[in-house]
Amino acid sequence: MRKRPDKTLGESLRDHGLSRRGFLKLCATTASLMALPPSLAPAIAAALEQARRPSVIWLSFQECTGCTESLTRSHAPTLEDLIFDFISLDYHHTLQAASGEAAEAARFQAMEENKGQYLVIVDGSIPGPDANPGFSTVAGHSNYDILMETVEHAAAVIAVGTCAAFGGLPQARPNPTGAMSVMDLVRDKPVINVPGCPPIPMVITGVVAHYLVFGRLPELDAYHRPLAFYGQSIHDRCYRRPFYDKGLFAERFDDEGARQGWCLYRLGCKGPTTYNACATMKWNDGTSWPIEAGHPCLGCSEPKFWDAGGFYEPVSVPLTLGPTTLLGAGAAGGVIGGGLAAMARKQVKQDAATRQPVTVDELEQKL
Amino acid sequence: MSGSMEFLLWTKGPLFNIALAIFAIGLMARLVEIFMLGRAPNYAEPRAHEWPAGLRTMLTRTVADPGTFQRAPFNVVVGWVWHLGFLTALLFFVPHVELIQGVLGFAWPALPNPVVDFATAITLLALIATLVHRLTHPVKRHISTIEDYLVWAVVFMVVLTGYLAYHRLVEPYPLALGMHILCAEILLIILPFTKLTHIFTTFIARWYNGAAFGRKGVQS
Repeated sequence: MRKRPDKTLGESLRDHGLSRRGFLKLCATTASLMALPPSLAPAIAAALEQARRPSVIWLSFQECTGCTESLTRSHAPTLEDLIFDFISLDYHHTLQAASGEAAEAARFQAMEENKGQYLVIVDGSIPGPDANPGFSTVAGHSNYDILMETVEHAAAVIAVGTCAAFGGLPQARPNPTGAMSVMDLVRDKPVINVPGCPPIPMVITGVVAHYLVFGRLPELDAYHRPLAFYGQSIHDRCYRRPFYDKGLFAERFDDEGARQGWCLYRLGCKGPTTYNACATMKWNDGTSWPIEAGHPCLGCSEPKFWDAGGFYEPVSVPLTLGPTTLLGAGAAGGVIGGGLAAMARKQVKQDAATRQPVTVDELEQKL
Repeated sequence: MSGSMEFLLWTKGPLFNIALAIFAIGLMARLVEIFMLGRAPNYAEPRAHEWPAGLRTMLTRTVADPGTFQRAPFNVVVGWVWHLGFLTALLFFVPHVELIQGVLGFAWPALPNPVVDFATAITLLALIATLVHRLTHPVKRHISTIEDYLVWAVVFMVVLTGYLAYHRLVEPYPLALGMHILCAEILLIILPFTKLTHIFTTFIARWYNGAAFGRKGVQS
């Protein structure tokens, strides 16, 4: 097992050859990433300089490893690699799978040594307590048991990826494994969601940096997502937004509108309902992002994105209703109306048949 | 339903099915009932054809005659403005055209967003004016019922939430869009059971009147 160095983050960074100027640039970028005023950059520098590497335990459950791929294979070496070097990743299910019992021992040791201090990063959804635990196990233990045991003395839990944050693909209908999100299961610890399929690498490092600098988790939205990254929708920051406002839309993937780079709303873009930082931070070292590549946003950082309508259906199209339902309901209404009219006609006929004319004399007699 | 996205998916999914089913059943029941009730056979020899007079009246009663305009210019002008604005937004806004395509399987070209935006803003102002007029005009106020105010409120809410959602003035957006869809669903549900049914019966009634007068050979 790797021994945790006692160096501060500043010392470690200098050992890695990062200049003072480079370090301050990192701090300024971190500040802007987290939507903090530039004046806080020196404070971030001071805090990061002194920070000790926090122990991190990374649990992988029902996931595709795409999130880990996104984070570890991001354009190296950059800020996220640097920061990643400066947390103490004491356990990672997937990366340490070959280590077997030794890895499990490392997890227990990290939990014991850093009781109440360590961070747990979860990647993947968990078959809930009522589901068959056999759907996903690690070292013979159910995902649920491992999660609950590990988070018991954690400082906070970071759910990375849409599966961990919202259930994601495993939870899509009919949810055969009874998949649940971390937020559904962990109620007594701060849970911070970093959804995306996968999430942007900078977002996870930004969250960790925030924790190192301020000693607490960043401000979150209603879905426990850090506001700095998920505070604005794709649509509001999309460079194609002027085309939406002008009403210029691509109607097919091969039409003139698509070639001109017009808005992808009618091709199913979920940008209007999706909150993420893709439009501003982009992917692959700021190279591009899905909409820039000509594909509508799938809305992968939102709950239930697999069940939220077809990827190529516009946001305004209802989820399940089609012409047949409407025709069926209309026909049923026609039958009901016909029945009511028939009853009314019958009543009129009956009244006519049983009508008893009254003469003026008869009425006067009654008076 | 723990968040705005779940709310939006609920309004776009199950609730939309329920609302449209109630709307279709209710509307068809009323229309079929009206048509099937019929009227007593008229044995008098017709003096003229029914159809030309019926169609003419559909048009003539749509355009107010000078007398009506002089008596109630506000009703005519503001009524026309908000009805046209509402129909423009309802039938020609891109997301609505996509919705119609999704539900009916066919649709028509849409208008540019700024045009629809302008029509919606005008509609909102006109609707507010109709409410103020209704509340201040002594006769209108006297003859207004709870149903009139309910119908006004539902129509106004549909337009207002749509305007707020389009301009993204409510955060998070799924909540704004969900509220708009919910209001539209309330409108669909109450439509067959309130005077909103006029959307489908007005022109039928105008034809009927015109045809009846035309048969007798009198102007309608």
